[in-house]
Amino acid sequence: MFSHKIFETNTLVLIVGIVVSVAIGGLVEIIPLFTIENTIEKVEGMRPYSPLELAGRGIYVREGCYNCHSQMIRPFRDEVERYGHYSLAAESQYDHPFQWASKRTGPDLARVGGKYSNDWHVKHMINPRNVVSKSIMPTYAHMTRPLAVASTIAGEMKTLKVVGVPYTDEQIANAVADLEAQAKGGDAAKAVEARYPKAKIGDFDGKPDEITEMDAMVAYLQMLGTLVDIKSVKPELVNR
Amino acid sequence: MTQATYMDAAPYQDDLVKKFVLAATFWGIVGFLVGVVIASQLAFPALNLGLEWTSFGRLRPVHTSAVIFAFGGNVLFATTFFVVQRTCKVGLYGGAALGGFVFYAFQALIVVAATTYVLGITQGKEYAEPEWFGDLFLTVIWVVYLITFVGTLYKRREPHIYVANWFFLAMIVTIALLHLGNNLAIPTGFFGGSWLKSYNIYAGVQDAMTQWWYGHNAVGFFLTAGFLGIMYYFVPKRAERPVYSYRLSIVHFWALIFLYIWAGPHHLHYTALPDWAQTLGMAFSVMLWMPSWGGMINGLMTLSGAWEKLRTDPVIRFLVTSIGFYGMSTFEGPAMSIKAVNSLSHYTDWTVGHVHSGALGWVAFVSFGALYYLVPVLWKRERLYSMRLVSYHFWIATIGIVLYITAMWVSGIMQGLMWRAYDDLGFLQYSFIETVAAMHPYYVIRAMGGVLFLVGALIMAYNFIQTILGNMRDEVPYEATGYVLARG
Amino acid sequence: MSLQEIYQLARPLWTVWIFLVFLGIVAWAFWPKNKAKLEEHGSIPLNDD
Repeated sequence: MFSHKIFETNTLVLIVGIVVSVAIGGLVEIIPLFTIENTIEKVEGMRPYSPLELAGRGIYVREGCYNCHSQMIRPFRDEVERYGHYSLAAESQYDHPFQWASKRTGPDLARVGGKYSNDWHVKHMINPRNVVSKSIMPTYAHMTRPLAVASTIAGEMKTLKVVGVPYTDEQIANAVADLEAQAKGGDAAKAVEARYPKAKIGDFDGKPDEITEMDAMVAYLQMLGTLVDIKSVKPELVNR
Repeated sequence: MTQATYMDAAPYQDDLVKKFVLAATFWGIVGFLVGVVIASQLAFPALNLGLEWTSFGRLRPVHTSAVIFAFGGNVLFATTFFVVQRTCKVGLYGGAALGGFVFYAFQALIVVAATTYVLGITQGKEYAEPEWFGDLFLTVIWVVYLITFVGTLYKRREPHIYVANWFFLAMIVTIALLHLGNNLAIPTGFFGGSWLKSYNIYAGVQDAMTQWWYGHNAVGFFLTAGFLGIMYYFVPKRAERPVYSYRLSIVHFWALIFLYIWAGPHHLHYTALPDWAQTLGMAFSVMLWMPSWGGMINGLMTLSGAWEKLRTDPVIRFLVTSIGFYGMSTFEGPAMSIKAVNSLSHYTDWTVGHVHSGALGWVAFVSFGALYYLVPVLWKRERLYSMRLVSYHFWIATIGIVLYITAMWVSGIMQGLMWRAYDDLGFLQYSFIETVAAMHPYYVIRAMGGVLFLVGALIMAYNFIQTILGNMRDEVPYEATGYVLARG
Repeated sequence: MSLQEIYQLARPLWTVWIFLVFLGIVAWAFWPKNKAKLEEHGSIPLNDD
């Protein structure tokens, strides 16, 4: 006969009881997400981030943008009208870590790409109240400084490859060249477009001579939500 | 065990508990202060100061980590070490050496974490912001903590393990699992990147599920199970009567730890997380209401027959009110995890208000109650410097909480409704920025609530300092009031 | 049998099993015979100093 007394007097049994109780829930909810094949929809157009976008994403995480901005549009009429097509699991499949966030002090950014001009973004980052008078966002004027990732960006891409982002050897080998070309445009940028389709090319911050954190940030924001060809999505394959 | 002979002769490690009590008081004030600062930034963005290190995005993790882990963590260390020694009737396993390591290493970790956040070095996962080196450091501290706690249980002189220790043990063990599971990451330094940056092994939807399995159970096991352990010791102790139903506490324990772990997906309703996981999370969240209220009833009814202590003992008032807030937020939580409600509340201040009714009303109040109990006992004073000041603290903090959570209810529900409002022509009625501007008055009220809560904590710190110095304020004891009046 | 099939099979069984264990704990805790013994533990914090 089962006796509870053993829990009360035997520390080890109590620990085992606790571990078993708490392990089940986590395992049942998490493991299937890795094994059930339809967790992430099959869509056209999703690709790993270009080196400049990745650097911009690093700044996004560094500044804690996720504390106020979500990147997850829910399938409601008002959200779809305000922000665009609801977010797909596929669209964050290369996000280490995910940036869906949990609070919208500011608007959702999942599809902010292409909504505003580069110039608007730069002005907005330097002082949000320049373009949105009632904004409560902090100023990010420090992003006008040079981007200092040339020595580390390839290492970041190699690390991401280890955790499952399908960067090719070619992409990693050309990391620094692609980063510079994307921010400066010109002929070299053709290779970036070939390696990273739909990447936004050009001098983002109006300072053609140097590559700044602002270039990276705006390149990242202008790409957000634009990669997947939404028309290719079959609703019956989406999990909700 | 060579140590056992030494330890048996040694008294309880109360100097260690004293250090944690002081650290908890200090970090509590720091955490509340940063909270007031970031709340004010949302009302007045100029307070971001235009500096990268003081912007909301970098300071918010400082606030959350300071109050949850620095304040809450030190309270848990203080109370677990105090309670496990006394309910096992034996000194701490590992003695001053292991306990001291936990203390100094943990304080160092707090400083490292806060510094890295301000410098922009972060994993970018809510409530798990420390980079890989901070995570490894915490793992070492936590293993030593587990060893001291379990070691003490093993050498106890009391045959039964008191229920508070079950909750503490569940907290320690589960937090270890959550911390390791959620923070698996590879430093980019191995591949030529920076040693200050890492990428965690999960991405997108799997990362979201793992993160909220962690995040929700940090609430469930750190801020709930751990502090329920505090309730199960300090409420009976202060009320001088055993817990209402020991049998209910056993059922409460198993039901709570089994159900809580499933509730994480309610943070991801209507996201790209598959529907089956959302439904599972919702169902378990609603079920969780039952053990939560079982625990609340058990705590409150411990006072049955001694309700007059609410009037005469402000420390009991803190403890009992905390249980009331626990009941309130564990009712609100399941309600908000229902998908229809969540569609309105998610992404709004309602969530922030809910968290704070639990964090301020439950976690901080039960902590204040325990700290007020501990200080005179540890420093061997007859009583606290002033019971009046405890009462002032109680009322000021309570008004602060009420301001905070009502402001957040109004702003959260209002913003949620504004987002989905349509005008007569079928267009969205409000632009996003109009909904932000509408929040301004409530953000001011919320910041004022935070100021009151901070003032209360400063009064507590003053009371502690005076008590430790050995002073006693000359005041009419609460017990006497009714008596004097009755006698005319 | 694929991992997914095992999972589909195991999920309800786990729930049932854990529920039975839980009912066992409730029954044991509230079995009238155990009352005096268990409630005695409630006094541990009160005689510890």
